[in-house]
Amino acid sequence: MDYQTLRQKIIDIIAEIAVDEDLSNIDDNVRLRDQLDLDSMDFLDIVMELKKKYKIEVPTEDYPKLATLKSCIEYLTPKFA
Amino acid sequence: MAHYDTIIIGAGMSGLAAGIRLAMFDQKVCILERHKVPGGLNSYYERLGRKLDVGLHAMTNFAHRGERGRPLTKLLKQLRIPYEKLELSQQHFSRIVFPEHQLSFSNDPQLYIEEIGKTFPDQKENFARLMDVIIHFDDVNLHNKYQSAKEKVREFIADEKLLEMIFCPLLIYGSAWENDMDFSQFVIMFKSIYLEGFSRPKNGVRSIINLLIEKYLQCGGELRLGTGIKKIDTENGIVRRVILDSGEIIEANKVMSSIGLPETMNIVSEKQECPATGSMSFTETILFFDRKPAEENIHDTIVFFNNDEKYRYQKPQSLCDYSSAVVCFPNNFGCDDYHEGVVRVTFIANFEKWNELDRATYLLKKKEVLEQSLALISKVFPWFNATLLYSDVFTPRTIMRYTGHIKGAVYGSTQKARDGRTDIKNLFICGTDQGFLGIVGAMLSGISMANLHCLMNGDKA
Repeated sequence: MDYQTLRQKIIDIIAEIAVDEDLSNIDDNVRLRDQLDLDSMDFLDIVMELKKKYKIEVPTEDYPKLATLKSCIEYLTPKFA
Repeated sequence: MAHYDTIIIGAGMSGLAAGIRLAMFDQKVCILERHKVPGGLNSYYERLGRKLDVGLHAMTNFAHRGERGRPLTKLLKQLRIPYEKLELSQQHFSRIVFPEHQLSFSNDPQLYIEEIGKTFPDQKENFARLMDVIIHFDDVNLHNKYQSAKEKVREFIADEKLLEMIFCPLLIYGSAWENDMDFSQFVIMFKSIYLEGFSRPKNGVRSIINLLIEKYLQCGGELRLGTGIKKIDTENGIVRRVILDSGEIIEANKVMSSIGLPETMNIVSEKQECPATGSMSFTETILFFDRKPAEENIHDTIVFFNNDEKYRYQKPQSLCDYSSAVVCFPNNFGCDDYHEGVVRVTFIANFEKWNELDRATYLLKKKEVLEQSLALISKVFPWFNATLLYSDVFTPRTIMRYTGHIKGAVYGSTQKARDGRTDIKNLFICGTDQGFLGIVGAMLSGISMANLHCLMNGDKA
């Protein structure tokens, strides 16, 4: 799956979780936490949605890999293959 | 035989919030509620066409839409309920009225800071230092150990009168302990009341409960009202199933109980040591008048009143302690959804004394509480002159009957299971006895316990 398609999938998940956030100007290289009002409970939701929608499992020790959009996409690309 | 991933006991704020989280992520979940009406400690009822809330004076933890880092914002996000649906309106202002001093506060913390500076000028700096500690304290850390809040606050506040006034609303709005509370809980309450403040959802508590139920059912959760649980059946210290009052058996991998820690351990099949029970209970008088408070020139939202040298937050020796009270005016929020004037009066009460009365005396004593409530309103607002249309009084006995809390202890056990774990594997506690209080606290408790014990570690078993 290409970068932009996967990026959109992740943005769609975040949009479901953080309804009040503007997601049009996210910098892929900056920690999501620093750009959006997301805490550890919300990262749990991202993980849960990945599992619910795409049957992708993210073990707890890999949560740090979801820090930025770029690292998310790099981490998830092989899992979507 | 029916089998669920998780059974939740109790359809109060915490149980419903936990249920939404689990159903949202496709767990097979069922909430069992003994009563015909959901809500638990924060339920509602109707008398002669008037809608009454059981416990709600105000919702604490007010936040504006999208305000970052606030508990209310967090929980709405977790439950995926839009902020607008709560239709919150803010309090006007509230007051702490003691014999020598009074302090006003509103949802703008600046007012409280100024009032303390004016009334207790020599404590102004101390209070600022205390605020600084409170703001930086990790109050929701599940591993915080019990620490006496009074001892801790005394390190900053040298004037005992101010200390009592600061504590009064926090104790009566959430402490299971007499005259003191856990410091973590103090910080949670301080932020929720003095820094974030009071608001009211349009049409009161039923709006929130209906929102939660609607969301829960939408996510695919099952809800069974009028379904009491007789036993939580365990084998070798592991939960296996629950047995209903009707004898029906339901199997579950996990059980999340919101009915209280001692109340839960009492129904575990393998004999458990019963945790400590709390002793703080109350009477509540709900009065309807022909005129609204504002027409009588009363604009306060809530008054925390104490008429004694010392503020006693403890079980009284008599039926009720009439020397202190909370007086709430639900009309006095930004939006007023009542067509009559409503006043609520809370007194600290003694469960055992109320429980031993025969029926005739019980009714007589309830009348006395009504008279004392009217007398108290006249004392605080001597000019109040509206005509009483209808009133209802409930007592510790009523509270025990409808909530199942032992001794009608509104704020539950003095022993909290902060991380939600019990001695039984796969049996967890959420709600009052997990230790986050108030409506917002209860919902956060349900959410965080469901996340921690039923969603994390990828354990959709």
